[in-house]
Amino acid sequence: MNDSTRTAYLSPQTAQTRRGAGAPDLLDLDTKDQTFLDATELVLNMGPQHPSTHGVLRVILKLDGEKVLGTECVIGYLHRGVEKIAENRTYTMFNPYVDRMDYVAAVSNGLGYCEAVEKLFATEAPQRAQYIRVILTELCRIASHQVWLGTHALDIGALTPLFYCFRDREEILKIFEKYCGARLTTHAFRIGGCIYEAYDGFEQDCKNFCDAFLPKSDEYEELLTTNRIWVGRTKGIGILKPEDCIALGVTGPVLRASGVKWDLRKAQPYESYKAFDFEIPTGVNGDTYDRYLVRIQEMRQSVRIIRQAVDGLPSGPIVAKIPKVLKPPVGEVYHSIEAPKGELGYFIVSDGSTQPYRVRVRPPSFVNLQALDKMVRGMLVADVVAVIGTLDIVLGEVDR
Amino acid sequence: MSEETKEPNPVLPESLTRPSTNRVAEPQSAASSLTPSVEQGGASADPGQPGTPAATPATTTEKPAETPKPSTPLSEAPAKPAAPAAKPAAPAAKPSPRTEGPKPLPWESELVVNLRSQYGSGIKEASTYVGQKYVVVDSAICYEVLRRMREDEQFDYCVDITAVHYPKREQPFDVVYILYSFHDNERVRVKTLITDGERLRSAVSIWPTANWLEREVFDMFGIEFDGHPDLKRILLPDGWKGHPLRKDYPILQQDKDWVQINLGIESGQ
Repeated sequence: MNDSTRTAYLSPQTAQTRRGAGAPDLLDLDTKDQTFLDATELVLNMGPQHPSTHGVLRVILKLDGEKVLGTECVIGYLHRGVEKIAENRTYTMFNPYVDRMDYVAAVSNGLGYCEAVEKLFATEAPQRAQYIRVILTELCRIASHQVWLGTHALDIGALTPLFYCFRDREEILKIFEKYCGARLTTHAFRIGGCIYEAYDGFEQDCKNFCDAFLPKSDEYEELLTTNRIWVGRTKGIGILKPEDCIALGVTGPVLRASGVKWDLRKAQPYESYKAFDFEIPTGVNGDTYDRYLVRIQEMRQSVRIIRQAVDGLPSGPIVAKIPKVLKPPVGEVYHSIEAPKGELGYFIVSDGSTQPYRVRVRPPSFVNLQALDKMVRGMLVADVVAVIGTLDIVLGEVDR
Repeated sequence: MSEETKEPNPVLPESLTRPSTNRVAEPQSAASSLTPSVEQGGASADPGQPGTPAATPATTTEKPAETPKPSTPLSEAPAKPAAPAAKPAAPAAKPSPRTEGPKPLPWESELVVNLRSQYGSGIKEASTYVGQKYVVVDSAICYEVLRRMREDEQFDYCVDITAVHYPKREQPFDVVYILYSFHDNERVRVKTLITDGERLRSAVSIWPTANWLEREVFDMFGIEFDGHPDLKRILLPDGWKGHPLRKDYPILQQDKDWVQINLGIESGQ
């Protein structure tokens, strides 16, 4: 960005004197100028109705000119009291509610909840159900990342990836629809396994998707990876060091982009993830660009997992032997899975009745959003938009 | 506000109040009374009232031979097995998972030995439940234990902080810290029991992530943390009354009040 665009808002004289004086470098935003425009701190309200906040996030920005001095997130606009609702529902009745938290990755939410309740029963889904679950969850991870990529690129100004991503995501939603009748809030799994058997042609549909998706993911990369504007807007933006990630509890692709090779599917394998061969992609710099690369790689790894699961799909029952009326024994468990956004945990306290005594959801988006302040301090306002996008938050999950 | 908290139960529909009164029982006592509640559990597949199970067989099965119903409690015992027998197999299957429910096992490890040697009776319990480890510590040393877990035991990732409310208990709140160690790939829950109004020291200085998590606990339960940099509501608006995840929080009353105040009409609830 050259000086003339930066100083466009100043009167010609002022700009002239500034350049002539030669003293303050105009790109050095730390320098206090004498113009009224950047002499004082400005508090700017961003959102909650703002397209780049991915829902209803309100960020109060403290600015010095275009430089961000600090932020404060105001959340809760989408708070529905999911945890309170759970206390007045049976275990089975609460199952569809979890889909409404992270609604772009509803399948993962359902998986985490079902597994947590199964843990209370000290039971496990049968092998075939586990494989079906893995296939659908990985499809869901790809779909979630596609929504992320499309919207994130749109925020930064690239329009095309949005169309590409949503076009390809459609194929995944079609598989969901054929499997369970719903596209977004799927309620695909039940406690103890799956309720629906894989439909005729399920394996073929998944294989077709995998075959078609890999060239598509290359297309995404063609559009962005070496795109000069994209690189300029994402490289070195919103850097999080690994120790900061850990201190802030950040998980998922954001953590991995900082170079921490940690994925719950490998660290504490659930379902049948032990049986599958896949890599954990990591980044180096922990900036927005690395997080983009990590997520693109993750989509390809998911394809690998889906292919293996489809090929090895065992036969057998799809529901474990669990009672019709669910009354888990008294106790409390915490179970977490690697959702597309990070560690999604459920802490469930059972008092032996048909309704959970307490359900606590540990939402990855909520905890990751906390890192926003750290990531944007000293950056420009436009970078806030990029960083919100790269954190991949879903406000339904932040607010619950 | 205090009126409201006392009022709600009569207001709530029966279907809501009944389970919540059951569930108010604290887990320890619930565990000890497990065997009696199993027998009851069979009958309470239908609502737990004695009246209803008697009513169902009367309508569905043969002649109401249960005329001895209004007799003494002693003869109610034989009447009770009769009622479940008339029902489908579901109640029969149900008691088994409850009686076979896993029990917490004592957890022995170097970590526990270290903690015990340093804090003695401050460590009240160290157990595993379905393979998940947890330590119950005295609230006075909670912060010290957490700091030690972070610094000496390498639990560098604070996964979650949350609370559970048991209104009938002397110390009605469980505050649960879920910790994870990247080094050992191990997850441990640190639990502490506090009374209503008791303040805990904030863990923000140990894990910055505790900031929002503690704010949420404050918002939902009204538990305050000393030394927290910015303890205010996070999900609910600032002027909100009460703390919704407390068991005595009246949902319906709150709804009615809102309709009354904001719309000026009677709530249809």
